[in-house]
Amino acid sequence: MQDIRFTPGALPPEAETLRAEVRAFIAENMKGYPGVRRAKSWAGADPEFSRKMGAKGWIGMTWPTEYGGGGRSALERYVVLEEMLAAGAPVSAHWVADRQSGPLLLRFGTEEQRRKYLPAITRGESYFCIGMSEPGAGSDLAGIRTRGERTKTGWRINGQKIWTSKAHKAHYMIALVRTRPQDKEDRHAGLSQVLIDLKTPGITIRPIRNMAGEDMFNEVFFEDVDLPEDALVGTEGGGWGQVTTELAFERSGPERYLSAYQTIFELVRRLGPEAATDPRAAEGVGRLVAHLGTLRQMSLSIATMLEKGEAPNLAAAFVKELGVAFEQSVPGRAFDLTGVSPLVNGDPFDQVLGYTAMAARSYSLRGGTREIMRGIIARGLGLR
Amino acid sequence: MSELTNILADTSARLLGELVTRDVLAGAEAGAWNNGLWAALEENGLTRALPPEDLGGLGAGFDAAFVIAFAAGKARAPVPLLETLAAGWLLGRAGIEQPDGPLGLIGEEAGLILGDTLSGTARAVPWGRQAAHFVAVVEGRVALVTADGAGIAEDANIAAEPRDHVTFSNAAVVAEGKLGLATSLPPGRTLGALMRAAQMAGAMEGAVAAAVTHARDRHQFGRPIGKFQAVQQALAVAAARAAEARAAAETAFLAVGRANDDLTDAEWAVAAAKLVAGEAAEVVYDATHQVLGAMGFTFEHELHFWTRRLWAWRGEFGADGQWAAEIGRRVLAEGAEALWPGLTARQGA
Repeated sequence: MQDIRFTPGALPPEAETLRAEVRAFIAENMKGYPGVRRAKSWAGADPEFSRKMGAKGWIGMTWPTEYGGGGRSALERYVVLEEMLAAGAPVSAHWVADRQSGPLLLRFGTEEQRRKYLPAITRGESYFCIGMSEPGAGSDLAGIRTRGERTKTGWRINGQKIWTSKAHKAHYMIALVRTRPQDKEDRHAGLSQVLIDLKTPGITIRPIRNMAGEDMFNEVFFEDVDLPEDALVGTEGGGWGQVTTELAFERSGPERYLSAYQTIFELVRRLGPEAATDPRAAEGVGRLVAHLGTLRQMSLSIATMLEKGEAPNLAAAFVKELGVAFEQSVPGRAFDLTGVSPLVNGDPFDQVLGYTAMAARSYSLRGGTREIMRGIIARGLGLR
Repeated sequence: MSELTNILADTSARLLGELVTRDVLAGAEAGAWNNGLWAALEENGLTRALPPEDLGGLGAGFDAAFVIAFAAGKARAPVPLLETLAAGWLLGRAGIEQPDGPLGLIGEEAGLILGDTLSGTARAVPWGRQAAHFVAVVEGRVALVTADGAGIAEDANIAAEPRDHVTFSNAAVVAEGKLGLATSLPPGRTLGALMRAAQMAGAMEGAVAAAVTHARDRHQFGRPIGKFQAVQQALAVAAARAAEARAAAETAFLAVGRANDDLTDAEWAVAAAKLVAGEAAEVVYDATHQVLGAMGFTFEHELHFWTRRLWAWRGEFGADGQWAAEIGRRVLAEGAEALWPGLTARQGA
């Protein structure tokens, strides 16, 4: 069994200076922003807000300046993210590009690809989605059947993706496709990542309404979609390894414990200062806030390790497991402490709780299900 | 971590790992005092890590205290190492030199009366019968008294650790001084909770490791039971909760270390650590015993030396619900707008 430590990380002074700047930006740009929109957390989109963040240099902020990045530390980026999420800022438009697609291109892309795509991402103008799941390939991604065939001029894509978050609002998709037939010996071989301009002919995108009433994820169909040679990201056949790296980028950030923060905020507001003398309310709120603070420390600790160039993959899987369970516990606790059945035209607490109780269902599905994460942890414990 | 902390981490893990065997634990349960273990800890300075050097201590910080407390919990050390460590820190703050031997720690919630002498009865004092001296906190003052003449009524917690009722009748005070620490909660109890949180995290790591080993060795249905997803998932959750408890405890130790003369902010972190540990203990207790099956239910198997301690320690110095309420009271009184700025400010340093 590996020794897993979460040495509490400390933020450098420049990060704390930045925090004040971010809070001022939020105060100026989110005045009167309704609670129910804040509750969408990193699923709420506003391209104008993204462009303003880009202008501040807060997208791609750790990337090299030659690609439009800010050349800043991962800990400074951490502060921007956590402040945005705590405020319920609409960061979703650029979220995937900033968190996953950009870092993926930096790591595996060609020089030409980096120069072509990264600067527009950092300006908050270019949005990405990730095409992984298919009707027959959910948690078991080896079952991917969307094909990428070599043509004289590049690649031809045929097949279907599903549950693709924000595909209907994105400019590009980085999709995992099968470029060689499935190998019985190595089920993950023969997969490749391709960058698809979603304006390319032959693509149909159909939003799927979710149980919270949003058009958030999509079905995406590819019918003889011709891509240029340079659509391939990384190596042909190396897609599985690349995707695994990409998923590890997103396991331990502040989005792992702040997705339901607006519900905690509105709960504390609804209960009010007079509830401080109510032992039941105090205990319930205390349990939430204790985990919130602890998870923040764990997440910060991983950010510090990443900044030092370490790869704490198992520790990051712990944070996702714990964070998701915590976030999903928040609506139940809020119902229990207030005895409210939220009304759709009720006050912000009603609206935030009503929304979050539904949206929280996705927390243990997105980015790898709870069961897959626990399998990764079990492997780290030496059980598989 | 400083050089000294690294040395203390290595020393405590090695010494406790070597010296606390199953036989030692069973012997301690039968009432034997392990003087060899205590002497080894004392010789290596682990019992006096916190006071400054001019008061007989090592002058180590709370980062060092964390590694010692965690190792003690993981090893299930059957000696009052952490009570002595915490009492030594209180003595150091009051400018009193730490004497040799085990110390009994008595917080102000015991309600002792301190004048020229010390009087009253403190209930369930950890390792009271073994203490060479007692350190009592009374109304912001720290008093050191010898164990001579203290009346001991023996009792024990459910892990068979001594928890004795100690009566003082005009006991002579060897030395006393001002604690000089601003607090909103009784500091003896806060320190006790801090120590227990780290011990619990250590014990949880020990229990999970034992269950993982068993899951790899034990075959049923033609394969190791650890190959079954139901077992894997349960142990993954337990390991994650144990890791959270460890992180919360270490955070709390560092917060106390930063506190200087005002413990009020650090009390949040201690509260969080004790409650996270308490909640996690239940998950770890359930998962590890389920994996060990009937074997883990025997006295013969060593798992219960961790898990019975988890139950006992969960209740000592305040259980999860009480510490949760402490945090909740503060959050509700300060209001929603102060929640995030308050959290980042307290953790920011």
